[in-house]
Amino acid sequence: MRFEDEPVPGYPLPILPGHTSPGRFERVLRAGGFAVTTELAPPDSADPEDVYTRARVFDGYVDAINATDGSGANCHMSSIAVCALLTRVGYAPIMQISCRDKNRIAMQGDILGGAAMGVCNMLCLTGDGVQAGDHPQAKPVFDLDCVSLLEIARDLRDRHRFQSGRKISFAPRVFFGAAENPSALPHAWRAQRLAKKVAAGAQFIQTQYCYDLGLLRAFMDQVEALGLIGKVFILVGVGPLRSAKTAEWMRKNVPGMHVPDALITRLAGAQDQAREGRNICVELIESIRKIRGISGVHIMAYRQEESVAEIVDRSGVLQGRSPWYPERDIANVSHRTAT
Amino acid sequence: MYSVRLWSVRHARGLNAFYRAFEGALTRLHGLFLAIGYERLERPVAAVEKAVKGALFDCRMCGQCVLSSTGMSCPMNCPKTLRNGPCGGVRADGNCEVKPQMRCVWVEAYRGSQAIPGGIESMRKIQFAMDQRQQGRSSWLRVVREINAEPVPAPHAKGGAQ
Repeated sequence: MRFEDEPVPGYPLPILPGHTSPGRFERVLRAGGFAVTTELAPPDSADPEDVYTRARVFDGYVDAINATDGSGANCHMSSIAVCALLTRVGYAPIMQISCRDKNRIAMQGDILGGAAMGVCNMLCLTGDGVQAGDHPQAKPVFDLDCVSLLEIARDLRDRHRFQSGRKISFAPRVFFGAAENPSALPHAWRAQRLAKKVAAGAQFIQTQYCYDLGLLRAFMDQVEALGLIGKVFILVGVGPLRSAKTAEWMRKNVPGMHVPDALITRLAGAQDQAREGRNICVELIESIRKIRGISGVHIMAYRQEESVAEIVDRSGVLQGRSPWYPERDIANVSHRTAT
Repeated sequence: MYSVRLWSVRHARGLNAFYRAFEGALTRLHGLFLAIGYERLERPVAAVEKAVKGALFDCRMCGQCVLSSTGMSCPMNCPKTLRNGPCGGVRADGNCEVKPQMRCVWVEAYRGSQAIPGGIESMRKIQFAMDQRQQGRSSWLRVVREINAEPVPAPHAKGGAQ
């Protein structure tokens, strides 16, 4: 999808009627495109080039890049800093805000600060418990939960005020999102929880990995029954499993990760397990696309980031469009002159 | 105690009915409470509340009790103190991500809510961000004061305390 007013890096797009952010990600979704997002693992480094190198891998294949916020409760470069670096060159990052590490004073400050640096999308999360990460001795904060964070964030944008009621002079123009896990218990409650998040201000949802299509379809039926289709953009989480062993390990150690036995057996029986993992991911995307009410996929390929391009290509989800990246239009121009 | 806490969820319906009656009785004592002074009552009542609810629910005295909206499963026992439903990390066996030997507080809440009339409906209500200043104070007195202050509850009023 190409917009005639593509951004000059660092400058916002005009906000279209009915939109809340000046960003491309919201535009792609509201224009009815099937969106592709992915996840950038922030580096254990203070070198901005490490961030750009990691982002470049996705050039031309994704509409937005999530910068995780201490994912798995491990310490890395902060999400807000990664996002600020990415907006400098024009990328559309999704800033993740986890309730685990900060109280409401810090989080509201980050929403204003992120928006001031051109971040147009923010994902409000509860966050993994500290026990899962490399600093289990840290204090878990959880001053807010993701639902109350969404409410406070929406008030900042729409009512121009902090939770305290104090006014702000220029509201953050942000497209707010939340996460959901259709595979986790209690299954019957998951869509209700989504409804709560939508009521609190979530405009888009990115789900945990969904390897069990049966659970996903049941979840989407409930979402439809609650009248949520059309009220929120849902992007389903997928990702390549590197091997049967990794899948087993992830199932056991990654919070909220559910992988059906059948998939593990299939992986274990394959000659090239990593390739089979990518095949499964492509097949999942093809099936997910056909489910009513789903607006995109969120491809999480931790330590296999280079496989995202292949997966997107083979699944054909972009339907021939080339999402913006810093050199896209320059590359196209030179291509045109060469022919 | 953990086993008593689970028992309380199993008996959510009865405990909720008991609390409704108790709340009604307390509300009628508003005049007396005013005469004695709410602030003077705060410490002794909070101590009783802590003893009773601590025994039944492992109550943490957040001061903003929502047990009626959470099927008698105290959300403050969630290691993330989530007040609006379970996180995405619930294990396949229904246990907690952080404490694998403990049932997820919200899986229990969903079970308890199904037993309480209107329980699922009140679990759908959004619980606002906690006021951390209320920690250690009595929810009972707060509720009685609120009920008497505004006879018609606001549309966003929270579920009763416990």
